[in-house]
Amino acid sequence: MALLEVKDLKVRVEEREILHGLTLTVNEGEIHAIMGPNGSGKSTLSHVIAGKPGYEVTDGQILFKGEDLLEMAPEERAAKGVFLAFQYPVEIPGVTTMNFLRTALNAQRKARGESELMVPDFLKKVREVSKSLNIPQDMLKRGVNVGFSGGEKKRNEVLQMALFEPSLCILDEMDSGLDIDALRIAADGVNALHSPKRAMVVITHYQRLLNYIVPDVVHVMSKGRVVKSGGKELALELEESGYTQFEDAA
Amino acid sequence: MNVAVAKTGSGRAVSDLFASAEGRLPGSPSVIASRREAFETYERLGLPHRRIEEWKYTDLRALVGEVLPLAAAPDAAALKRAADAVKAHAIAGARKLVLVDGVFAADLSDVRALTAEAGFRTLRETLEKDAGLLTTASTDAVIALNAAMATDGVVLSIADGAQLSAPIQIIHIATAASASAFTRSQVVIGKGARATLVESFVAAGAKAYQVNDAVIVTVGDDADVAHIRLMDDAPDAVNVTSHFVTVGANVKLNFFNMTTGAAVSRLQGLITLAGEGSELSANGVNLLQKTEHGDTTLVVDHAVPNCVSREVFRAVIDDRAHSVFQGRIIVRPDAQKTDGKMMTRALLLSDEAEADNKPELEIFADDVSCGHGATSGALDDSLLFYLKARGLPEKQAQALLIQAFVGEAVEQIADDGLREHVIGIAERWLERRS
Repeated sequence: MALLEVKDLKVRVEEREILHGLTLTVNEGEIHAIMGPNGSGKSTLSHVIAGKPGYEVTDGQILFKGEDLLEMAPEERAAKGVFLAFQYPVEIPGVTTMNFLRTALNAQRKARGESELMVPDFLKKVREVSKSLNIPQDMLKRGVNVGFSGGEKKRNEVLQMALFEPSLCILDEMDSGLDIDALRIAADGVNALHSPKRAMVVITHYQRLLNYIVPDVVHVMSKGRVVKSGGKELALELEESGYTQFEDAA
Repeated sequence: MNVAVAKTGSGRAVSDLFASAEGRLPGSPSVIASRREAFETYERLGLPHRRIEEWKYTDLRALVGEVLPLAAAPDAAALKRAADAVKAHAIAGARKLVLVDGVFAADLSDVRALTAEAGFRTLRETLEKDAGLLTTASTDAVIALNAAMATDGVVLSIADGAQLSAPIQIIHIATAASASAFTRSQVVIGKGARATLVESFVAAGAKAYQVNDAVIVTVGDDADVAHIRLMDDAPDAVNVTSHFVTVGANVKLNFFNMTTGAAVSRLQGLITLAGEGSELSANGVNLLQKTEHGDTTLVVDHAVPNCVSREVFRAVIDDRAHSVFQGRIIVRPDAQKTDGKMMTRALLLSDEAEADNKPELEIFADDVSCGHGATSGALDDSLLFYLKARGLPEKQAQALLIQAFVGEAVEQIADDGLREHVIGIAERWLERRS
């Protein structure tokens, strides 16, 4: 069943069109990779799906589980199960990670009409997940991402993904700034979350990440459109021949 | 030149203020005479206005206009309302001293438990003897008015070496609408003593009232003191408070003020570091909304060498509110090796919110380390979006970031219970935001 349907999406930022009619369908349980050069619109797509202000959708639509995502505020999208793992997770001094996680989780549950998670249950869950991601407990007592290394910030994103249990995870350049070990830990965390009901959209420049998170479908983006889709072998092909051929095609 | 100003317009009413109250003001005939003298000083000066440099940003003549008549002594119904307010605002375990409309309410206070650990009298009692507590070395009109009109207050003495087992909480409760309460208190903390003093200002149903409070604190050598003031008066009230604090040697003094109420407020504090080796941490938070005007003015006077002072001030300003922070650090010629720093930040939640920061360093010694910084700005959009993308609605995301913003000042309160109490008041302020 289609989880995410992006149809002929046109998006402008400050009078300049970035996406020129992008179409993409992601079904439950699938892992999609979106690859493309800088400026092809990959991050714009992820921001528009998450609801970041500053983007003007001039045409097309985005459906999530059949509902019009563009009509929803970012927090409603989160509560419905959309999760964007940020390329550059922000630092929030003065808000401990633990407080942030609990506040966010309960806000999502409240929006869905569910009861708040009891503190012991919450703590147990956080401990389990953070242990599997190799996140030390004392990190959770510090300000959100404050003083975290690049790898720790990305693992913190995966921790949130595990806690919030979204049905669609968009990983925006998860590999940027990570060394190979940090990448492996984060990727293992993501793979552990993959399930028949949960889809992943992995946005990346490089094929390297896809050695760890193996996609069902690979899309190539260029100049604001998907110009080619294929199986995981498409990523390898790109690694060898580069993006130039597609820039001409676009 | 002020004579003419004071007499024009409200000149008549000013005199009536004292005449109508005189019969109720406690004190011996000599005390009444010095009150009259103080009132004449006030009358000559009139309410402070923008042409007086210290009051440049808080023009009481424009903001307040007139001083309301003295509140009547609370009756049984008022005391009943006050009792409910005490329940709502008391800190668990604290020894309470309650002033209702400027009059000490023994029945609502924990005098017996307190006097087991500290000396206590009311201002009213001390004024039967002399006017000593009504004198302060100040030429400020609101302080002169306070000396003239103060009806009551608490006079505390904490013995040398005393280690108080619980905080002392002075609770000022307003039950009378459209009236003024004038209070003056003194706290003397002995050498090597350890004490926590909390002052709370709240309303019990009263509206549009005025508070003028003065507090004189003396901290003995080697003492360890936390002094917390929480001004949560009614949104249409006026609160003008003056603090005079003198600190001995090797003292640790942690002062914190939070403003969450009153249409117009000013806390003006003078902290004199008069003994070497002391550490002062003086912090504050102004949380203002609607058209509130909140002014925190602190003067830290390094009179002797080798003291450290740290000031962290945060203002959160919504709607058309106006926050003022004036911080002055004075380093006297002898006060070598002074280490004084002050950091003030304002968070503007609306385009019409206003923050005035006026840091001043007056340094007369040559071997010192002093500095100040001031910033103001809006909430960071990228942080707001991150929180919203994680499911927090706009208001809740803002609230979390506001709490984080004031956190640096609030975290200076060492006691967990007190800090939670303060955070609770800040949370209620956040809930009041429209």
